[in-house]
Amino acid sequence: MSDTTNATPAAAPDGAARDWTPDELMTVNAARALHGSRTCFVGIGLPSAAANLARRTSQPDLVLIYESGTLGSKPTRLPLSIGDGELADTADAVVSVPEIFNYWLQAGRIDVGFLGAAQVDRYANINTTVIDRGPDRPEGRLPGAGGAPEIAASCGKVLMVLRHSRRNFVERLDFVTTVGHGSGPGDRARLGLLGQGPVAVITDLGVLRPDPETAELVLTEIHPGVTVEQVTEATGWKLRVAGSVGVTEPPTQAELAALRALKSGGEPRA
Amino acid sequence: MAEIRSLRDAVAGLIHDGDTVAMEGFTHLIPFAAAHEIIRQGITDLTLVRMTPDVIYDQLIGMGAARRLVFSWGGNPGVGSLHRFRDAVENGWPRPLELDEHSHAGMANRYVAGASRLPFAVLRGYRGSDLPKRSSTISTVTCPFTGEELAAVAAVNPDVTVIHAQRADRAGNVQLWGLVGVQKEAALAADRVLVTVEEIVDELEPMPDAVVLPSWTVSAVAHVPNGAHPSYAAGYTVRDNEFYQAWDPISRDRETFLAWMREHVLEAS
Repeated sequence: MSDTTNATPAAAPDGAARDWTPDELMTVNAARALHGSRTCFVGIGLPSAAANLARRTSQPDLVLIYESGTLGSKPTRLPLSIGDGELADTADAVVSVPEIFNYWLQAGRIDVGFLGAAQVDRYANINTTVIDRGPDRPEGRLPGAGGAPEIAASCGKVLMVLRHSRRNFVERLDFVTTVGHGSGPGDRARLGLLGQGPVAVITDLGVLRPDPETAELVLTEIHPGVTVEQVTEATGWKLRVAGSVGVTEPPTQAELAALRALKSGGEPRA
Repeated sequence: MAEIRSLRDAVAGLIHDGDTVAMEGFTHLIPFAAAHEIIRQGITDLTLVRMTPDVIYDQLIGMGAARRLVFSWGGNPGVGSLHRFRDAVENGWPRPLELDEHSHAGMANRYVAGASRLPFAVLRGYRGSDLPKRSSTISTVTCPFTGEELAAVAAVNPDVTVIHAQRADRAGNVQLWGLVGVQKEAALAADRVLVTVEEIVDELEPMPDAVVLPSWTVSAVAHVPNGAHPSYAAGYTVRDNEFYQAWDPISRDRETFLAWMREHVLEAS
């Protein structure tokens, strides 16, 4: 998935330009969602930006784990790949790929898995494999599973971050690559999935969380300058909205400075 | 015992049309120069095995060297799609490509089973996923002790594994370190093993956490400095992230891709 930064600043309802972009809002809120976590299995792209921002702001002790085999990476700038040299050079330990998946992930040692996605449904199941483009056209090919099925199965809980659109938030997945909450309550236990599964989906418009009773994603927060209608419009199913929808705190100057420094590859300017 | 050979001779001697070939390296230590030699020699009908096809298999697939791909994540890391892989799968260009698709955990364990010379490996994986519906190498097995149903994945035993490594000694003992990925498992799973190295030294100086493949587990070593580019060899080179980004426009269009391959691979040596 491309990690191109959306450079258009968010416009407030009154039309006033704000000092951040929708992507920055998304990444800052994704980083905040890691609050209280000790160890995080990090997907590349948006999840990596969020996890690194958390480590550089409110969670300095957050242990970043990459599927390339690094435990406790402390990069000073955002890596392009999960195997950039800096991830290994700054790690507490570097292990083989079979070891990272078997001894660390499968064994249930990791608190949070942080994933991106191409398609998500109302139960936070993920498709990253193929897109159905209709009967007369071949399936559109996506990169595939990578680590996601087992990350979502075995981490204590799962956070997801992706941009909000009808293309990404669909009524029905074309392919289930990775199970979130399956077809509803009790499915994870029935399938033998050990962790609690997705607890939040953070987008450039707001935050969705599974209803504790039905496991269906519900809009619980919108970002400053975003309306509930914008979010329901950008969702491919009839999105349920919480009785009282919160508004996320705007990014602080410190968060924005740290994020921009990570992206440009240096220490944040005070 | 490993022979020290030129890359050209080693590829010609070890890799044949129709072989199952694993060219591994998890982002790090990817044997690009050996792949280019395969393309120059016109070796074809390969079953290519790799966790992350990466640009190396995008090039082999786009040049028509592969008939089948066994993999777990087929993107250009941090950049986007592998366009030649997509074009082969979606449009059959330049030839159709069969897929056997896994998760990373599944592929890693297939190599472990292969290296262990076991028929399959066991993991908690694929639960609820559609992936097993499309693969004949994913099944389930019931634990004889607890009754738990677990995923079973068939071993991978390539005809040939090719990896890049930091260095070898003159006897052909190979040493690699940093992100070691599945290099050891892929090598020990294969019938024949070709290793390209940055440097050949009189004596291997011990390195922290290094993997050593003794000479008697390796068929041939070829001295190919920078042979992983645009991937890298920690301690010698750095990942050429700009190239990975540049590959996106190069590979998007068939003609641009072919022109690039002609200039940088076919007419190079």
